[in-house]
Amino acid sequence: MTGTEVQLANQIGRSGLEAGHVGRKRWRELSARSVTSSVRVQRPTEKSRTRANMPAVSKGDGMRGLAVFISDIRNCKSKEAEIKRINKELANIRSKFKGDKALDGYSKKKYVCKLLFIFLLGHDIDFGHMEAVNLLSSNKYTEKQIGYLFISVLVNSNSELIRLINNAIKNDLSSRNPTFMCLALHCIANVGSREMAEAFAGEIPRILVAGDTMDSVKQSAALCLLRLYKTSPDLVLMGEWTSRVVHLLNDQHMGVVTAAISLITCLSQKNPDEFKTCVSLAVSRLSRIVSSASTDLQDYTYYFVPAPWLSCKLLRLLQCYPPPEDGAVKGRLVECLETILNKAQEPPKSKKVQHSNAKNAILFEAISLIIHYDSEPNLLVRACNQLGQFLQHRETNLRYLALESMCTLASSEFSHEAVKTHIETVINALKTERDVSVRQRAADLLYAMCDRSNAKQIVAEMLSYLETADYSIREEMVLKVAILAEKYAVDYSWYVDTILNLIRIAGDYVSEEVWYRVIQIVINRDDVQGYAAKTVFEALQAPACHENMVKVGGYILGEFGNLIAGDPRSSPLVQFNLLHSKFHLCSVPTRALLLSAYIKFINLFPETKSTIQEVLRSDSQIRNSDVELQQRAVEYLKLSSIASTDVLATVLEEMPPFPERESSILAKLKKKKGPGAVSVNELEEGKREGGELNGGGERGDNSAISTPSPSADLLGLRTGPPVTAAAPSAGSLLVDVFSEAGPFFILFILLFVCKNNGVLFENQLLQIGIKSEYRQNLGRMYLFYGNKTSVQFITFTTTVTLEPLIEGGAQVQQVINIECLTDFSDAPLLNIKFRYGGALQNLTLKLPVTINKFFQPTEMASHDFFQRWKQLSLPQQEAQKIFKANHAMDTEVLKAKLLGLGMALLENVDPNPENFVCAGVIQTKAQQVGSLLRLEPNAQAQMYRLTVRSSKDTVSKRLCELLAEQF
Amino acid sequence: MICENWIRFILIQNRAGKTRLAKWYMQFDDDEKQKLIEEVHAVVTVRDAKHTNFVEVFICGLTCYTLFPLQFRNFKIIYRRYAGLYFCICVDVTDNNLAYLEAIHNFVEVLNEYFHNVCELDLVFNFYKVYTVVDEMFLAGEIRETSQTKVLKQLLMLQSLE
Repeated sequence: MTGTEVQLANQIGRSGLEAGHVGRKRWRELSARSVTSSVRVQRPTEKSRTRANMPAVSKGDGMRGLAVFISDIRNCKSKEAEIKRINKELANIRSKFKGDKALDGYSKKKYVCKLLFIFLLGHDIDFGHMEAVNLLSSNKYTEKQIGYLFISVLVNSNSELIRLINNAIKNDLSSRNPTFMCLALHCIANVGSREMAEAFAGEIPRILVAGDTMDSVKQSAALCLLRLYKTSPDLVLMGEWTSRVVHLLNDQHMGVVTAAISLITCLSQKNPDEFKTCVSLAVSRLSRIVSSASTDLQDYTYYFVPAPWLSCKLLRLLQCYPPPEDGAVKGRLVECLETILNKAQEPPKSKKVQHSNAKNAILFEAISLIIHYDSEPNLLVRACNQLGQFLQHRETNLRYLALESMCTLASSEFSHEAVKTHIETVINALKTERDVSVRQRAADLLYAMCDRSNAKQIVAEMLSYLETADYSIREEMVLKVAILAEKYAVDYSWYVDTILNLIRIAGDYVSEEVWYRVIQIVINRDDVQGYAAKTVFEALQAPACHENMVKVGGYILGEFGNLIAGDPRSSPLVQFNLLHSKFHLCSVPTRALLLSAYIKFINLFPETKSTIQEVLRSDSQIRNSDVELQQRAVEYLKLSSIASTDVLATVLEEMPPFPERESSILAKLKKKKGPGAVSVNELEEGKREGGELNGGGERGDNSAISTPSPSADLLGLRTGPPVTAAAPSAGSLLVDVFSEAGPFFILFILLFVCKNNGVLFENQLLQIGIKSEYRQNLGRMYLFYGNKTSVQFITFTTTVTLEPLIEGGAQVQQVINIECLTDFSDAPLLNIKFRYGGALQNLTLKLPVTINKFFQPTEMASHDFFQRWKQLSLPQQEAQKIFKANHAMDTEVLKAKLLGLGMALLENVDPNPENFVCAGVIQTKAQQVGSLLRLEPNAQAQMYRLTVRSSKDTVSKRLCELLAEQF
Repeated sequence: MICENWIRFILIQNRAGKTRLAKWYMQFDDDEKQKLIEEVHAVVTVRDAKHTNFVEVFICGLTCYTLFPLQFRNFKIIYRRYAGLYFCICVDVTDNNLAYLEAIHNFVEVLNEYFHNVCELDLVFNFYKVYTVVDEMFLAGEIRETSQTKVLKQLLMLQSLE
């Protein structure tokens, strides 16, 4: 590597690396290359000449052997050569350590340092720990430092070490040598284990507040204590030290204040009352900094900004508390905040980005505090105006941060109106920003500033942005548009237009909840039904329309088609033909919904009866291989033939209004047991489909598709939580959103089929993360419950409902041990109960334990694979599904998912290289189930065919169901 | 929660993705560390000067902290590029972007002064000294010392010790 390539210069054109202090060499803002050359000119020293190989080692501190070794490694041309060189070195070091001759400190240090380097290259180190521990008791700094460094870096992999070093740390802490004390404190801060907390949590506060402790030691002690407090709060008892720790805010040394304030912030967050004296101290410290001239603080002035980091930390500490009650303190603080806002308007003292960044870091923190207080209208409006200026700043960073910060300002009653004045700028940002994260912030802000007065404009802009929006944010945008449209609908025809537009523009991203909701609203509001029928009829005229549009169309015309039937252009027969022209392009669930619409047509328009009966009677319906479709065709045909008009009218009556605000899931659960009236099931029919069961046009009826029986328990139809108790909140997403402050997101267990870690659940109160590991038929799952609020959860209990086939035993730290006894389909349920602010919260989730977790991958050659494939030839051993791709058909992604599934991905087995084949054995206590899988993507049709064969039919079926949801 | 604002890790990587420094302030196992290193490299290297210096990432990891057992959440990487090197700091999404952006620069200026026009090779050959510089300026995921003069004075003092 040449000097040019590696020279550390600055980011081109963004920020000049310039030392701001007098007497230091001033660097010009230059491109990387020219800085290098200027450096070459300036410093044609020994260092740059030798750099191609290795930098010269300055005298005294170098370890020649280490530099040579590093150089050798860098010169290795291949990975193999590197490994060879490393093994040689390891052998050498091992023999030195084992040798009879006692090593001197220098050699020991050098070898330990080499081992550390090897470890950092990514190789395992299984010896040398004792030598490192020995270095700790050296009385030379350089030896001690290497010893401590080795331990801090490797301690994750060898916690046995900790016990060995506590004694050395103890000695260094009491050595009264500030350098050694700092080394020991840094080691504790870096490792921070509970054993260390037990040994030192009592000692460190004493060091921190002792009068004769050096400043640098105090800094380390404060942060060391913070680390121990985070690890083991029960062991760090401040008690008698509290007041002296708080008074560190007054310390002469700004570095001590900077370090101590982090500790104080954390402690006051947990014990606000005991630490509340820090408020007035923080205010006066802040006031002194803010009012100081740009040179007053000398060492702590950064590019003409006095103590920027300390100021930010002080402002952040104040955010732990409500506004000061003491009038004088409050006055002083408001003055500080005003000064900070004023300074933002002053001409900059330097053109350097470092100057403006440091200044604005303080400004943004001050604005956060102003928003936190939310009580000073004047400051809030000023903050808003300042951010408004940043919205058009040439620095992308500032535009981003201004949008982000304004989002919180929008929710304050004092500044909401002021935020709204920037609507045009924000819309422009949404359209023109190059960085998607900035556009995302702009969309967030539009959402936050939306109210009745500007809803139409904002929704229109968001809709038009959706047409070109990045895929990554479309789903969220759709949800936001849907929420705003309902929340601020003045007339419902606008609402219907908006949602239908949403489906037209981004149909793939419109979740079930959104289109259910538009139907609920249309059903519940007489005044919009005619308009909805007309609009959806028009939307369906488009030659290609999204399947979600067909669903909405089928439903609405089936209910209210009569309202537009007077117009000859939308006569009953025209309506029917229009719907039926889409029929063959739709998936099974949509077809089922359309069949229901047809029978409703027979009731609404007797003149269509014969046409529709003809359709129902046709072989493609009445003999459809799909049981659900066939059953509907048969029943509807019979019903239309034998029922009298009155009976028909009763059975097919218009849908009753939906109970307002009821979760659609709850409604569904209730209706499940209801009478067999045809109409009541229709919304549920939609629910069943997930887009995966694709009829695939004419050829789709070739029995390749295993659709679950319609007569089965509705809850069992889909594997994912949307129809299980797992997600009372998922199903009611849209509904809940209206009653709560903002949207929240649910991740389903299906996301966990191919991976083991992630977020299982999240709402405004609680987040549940999962980390799990599996070996053979055993598994272990760690559940992390995070309280997102500032209020305690009381009586937090969780129960795992044992399924007959999986044993679970919850342990104290939310570790669940799992043993797979035999194959299974239903995931265990986790019930969580706790009290939050007096209200009992109750939540049932499915644990993401699926049968594939117990896979052991099996490698096999092509020949073996096909032989076994043939052996598993009984019809019930095979399960197959053909389904539409839900995600981009990227080979690497597919591979990663299949590997995540737990099977071995076999290369060069399938004669068609586009296909994937996998093999694995599911380990259960009762038996082992060998399974083979073949996935055939068809990029042109955006479809997959998935075939699973295994020695047990239930396993094939289950794997097929699980996997069909993944691609 | 304000108290959750601390640095989760500091990474220095070159454009090819080679790690020049990794300092972890939260417990990850080795696989997770490797994944994070790759992820950070992937998200940071595709960005140019028109992008912000901030990227949100989703991290799941175990921590040893009883106070904050939950670490499945959004974080952000605040990064700055110096020639071929990316200096990245990972913090909580609610933390102060610009303060950390300048903390990076402050750190780089110290390295530059300490190594006399620092270059990537200095970080490779003197990796054990870089850790010392980091510990002087950042400890337990917090900013420990911000004064370049004070840090350099301390480093020179340590350099003079045997």
